[in-house]
Amino acid sequence: MDFTSVTFTDVSRHFGRRRALSGVSFRCEAGEVVALLGPNGAGKSTLLAVASTLLEPTSGRVQYGEHTARSARARLRARIGLLGHELFVYPELSPSENLMFFARLYRVEDPDARVGAAIDRAGLTARRDDPVSGFSRGMRQRLALERALLHDPRLVLLDEPFTGLDDAGTVALRARLAALRDARRIVVVATHDLETVEPIVDRALVLQGGKLALIAPGPDPLRDRYRRACEPRAQAAQAPRES
Amino acid sequence: MNRLFPVLSVVVAAMFAYAPVMIANAPYESTMGLIQKIFYFHVPVALTMFLAAFVCGIASGVFLFGRRRAADRVAVAAAELVALLGLIVLTSGPLWARKAWGIWWDWDARLTSTLVLWLMFLAYLLLRRYGGPGSERLAAGVALFGMFNVPFVYWSVEFWRTLHPKTSVLPTLQPGMRGPLWFCFAAFLGLFVLLMAARVRLERRRAELEELYLALED
Amino acid sequence: MNPFAATVWHVMRKDLLIEVRSREILYTTLFFAVSCVLVFAFGFVREGRAVEDAAAGILWIAIAFSGTLALGRAFERERHNETLRALMLAPVERPAIYLGKLLGVLALLGAVQLVVVPLVAVMFQARLFAHPLLMLGLLAAGTTGFAAVGTLFAAMLVRARSRDVLLPVLLYPITIPVIIAGVRGTAALLQAEVDLPMARAWLSMLVFFDVVFITLALWTFEPVMTE
Repeated sequence: MDFTSVTFTDVSRHFGRRRALSGVSFRCEAGEVVALLGPNGAGKSTLLAVASTLLEPTSGRVQYGEHTARSARARLRARIGLLGHELFVYPELSPSENLMFFARLYRVEDPDARVGAAIDRAGLTARRDDPVSGFSRGMRQRLALERALLHDPRLVLLDEPFTGLDDAGTVALRARLAALRDARRIVVVATHDLETVEPIVDRALVLQGGKLALIAPGPDPLRDRYRRACEPRAQAAQAPRES
Repeated sequence: MNRLFPVLSVVVAAMFAYAPVMIANAPYESTMGLIQKIFYFHVPVALTMFLAAFVCGIASGVFLFGRRRAADRVAVAAAELVALLGLIVLTSGPLWARKAWGIWWDWDARLTSTLVLWLMFLAYLLLRRYGGPGSERLAAGVALFGMFNVPFVYWSVEFWRTLHPKTSVLPTLQPGMRGPLWFCFAAFLGLFVLLMAARVRLERRRAELEELYLALED
Repeated sequence: MNPFAATVWHVMRKDLLIEVRSREILYTTLFFAVSCVLVFAFGFVREGRAVEDAAAGILWIAIAFSGTLALGRAFERERHNETLRALMLAPVERPAIYLGKLLGVLALLGAVQLVVVPLVAVMFQARLFAHPLLMLGLLAAGTTGFAAVGTLFAAMLVRARSRDVLLPVLLYPITIPVIIAGVRGTAALLQAEVDLPMARAWLSMLVFFDVVFITLALWTFEPVMTE
């Protein structure tokens, strides 16, 4: 099964009394890179988790084409790739063992070749049989990215993918994201590193206190447009106190 | 339920007021004398406790598989009643045993099974209280396991006990005893329904309050 | 191999691979089980001879306590990098994840018992191997019952607060039938006049318990684990 768009309709998610997402609605199409911006604790990770089917929304609906998480289940999960905050790799295993394990779970075709190519792309060929526990954050990040993309997912969800990457790594990742866009994948990148992500972003969304706002496209730098999108809420937050 | 509640309260209160009269007039049991009359409360409470345990288990199943929030409210109310009723059974039992046979606890199969069941549902309550957000689902799983475990607990304890000499002999049910017993059971059943209704309503109010808090943040 | 069995196999293999590398859970659980046996022995051995039936009781208590420890550690590993979430994200049938982890835990506990059972036999002069098939059956069925419930609960608690203390709190009441059956069945084999029918009866109860609760766990794993 496949799909070419992801639609959130009035999605809310709360944890006890804490509202993480509130009435979030948007749509992403195949062949675009969408940046998800916002301060820490705004709900970006929660939104990605809901999009990846790990979390169920407390209200609202998420649709992948005409399918939902409940209707397509395992077949849907095969088309989604998530790079989480937590990396999802086993520190006791080597990169090749980690990737082979997930390759088998995702029933990837020709696993040996794919895993080998992934390790080369991550620049870990020299350390392919060393346990991941001895790796730096950047190396683990690169491995985690390859793990998320190993099964060539349609929907790519990345949570702070540029953390711990050096300049070369950043350039390589940007090129990778552009390639994914060209391959008509849906890419959502959550980050608060606006400058790094600006060159490859098609659209930007802002999450503040669980609410989503669209950042209008324009010639000014992303940071200025981001600040402008955040301002109305900052003003609204102040108004009740004045009156 | 709202309209029935006061009516039922009056009926149940009347039944409990009359119960001692019935119990006092019931025939004396030959071997144990007066203390045996504790059985008119002890047994109905035990039966109601088992009922509460099954209600909790089934409600938990509905919550887990049917995803109905209301079922979770029923489950937690039932679990708390298991804890309360269990406490009554587990104090009245040893009191009876002490007076009748001189020992507080003799590992009687029924009482021991009740203790295990009680512990399982106390564990359910501990999980809900200390497990953090999202522990309602986990607790529902525990309640399901607890419910399915009831026969196993009973068989294993019963079989375990047949190896030891029995010191407790349940009284043979003389005809005059049946009346008060079923009357008390009906009274406790009524009380169970009342307490469940009140507790579920409290839980529903709490849920509404949570929603208001959430709406406030918008 | 059908996808379900393949998933079970891969998950189990991955767990055993990790364990073989570090052997951390194996060694610590083994050490703990042996210490457990010793501690209880001091309570129940008088003048060089064990109190009657002490061997059976001590064996199963050691299995229960060390089993809880092993389960906690096994799932702590999955919590560390949130890899359990990665497994839930994969396009596999969720119950297969449960089964794979259960088999891994059983392999671990089996390895521990390879040492602990002979140890108990030696320390308490208990003729545990007079009827090896029945004894093995009791050990296998009992450990499976305990681990079946324990694996589900430990998986459930991975994202909960107070998970370290809640696992034993939840697990012990529910596995009381397993302990009773294990102890009484083993005791039946250790008596002066060995009671084979009794041991068989307890064994069948354990097998019944295993079937019911593994089925229940497979059935409830997905709804309980989805957030």
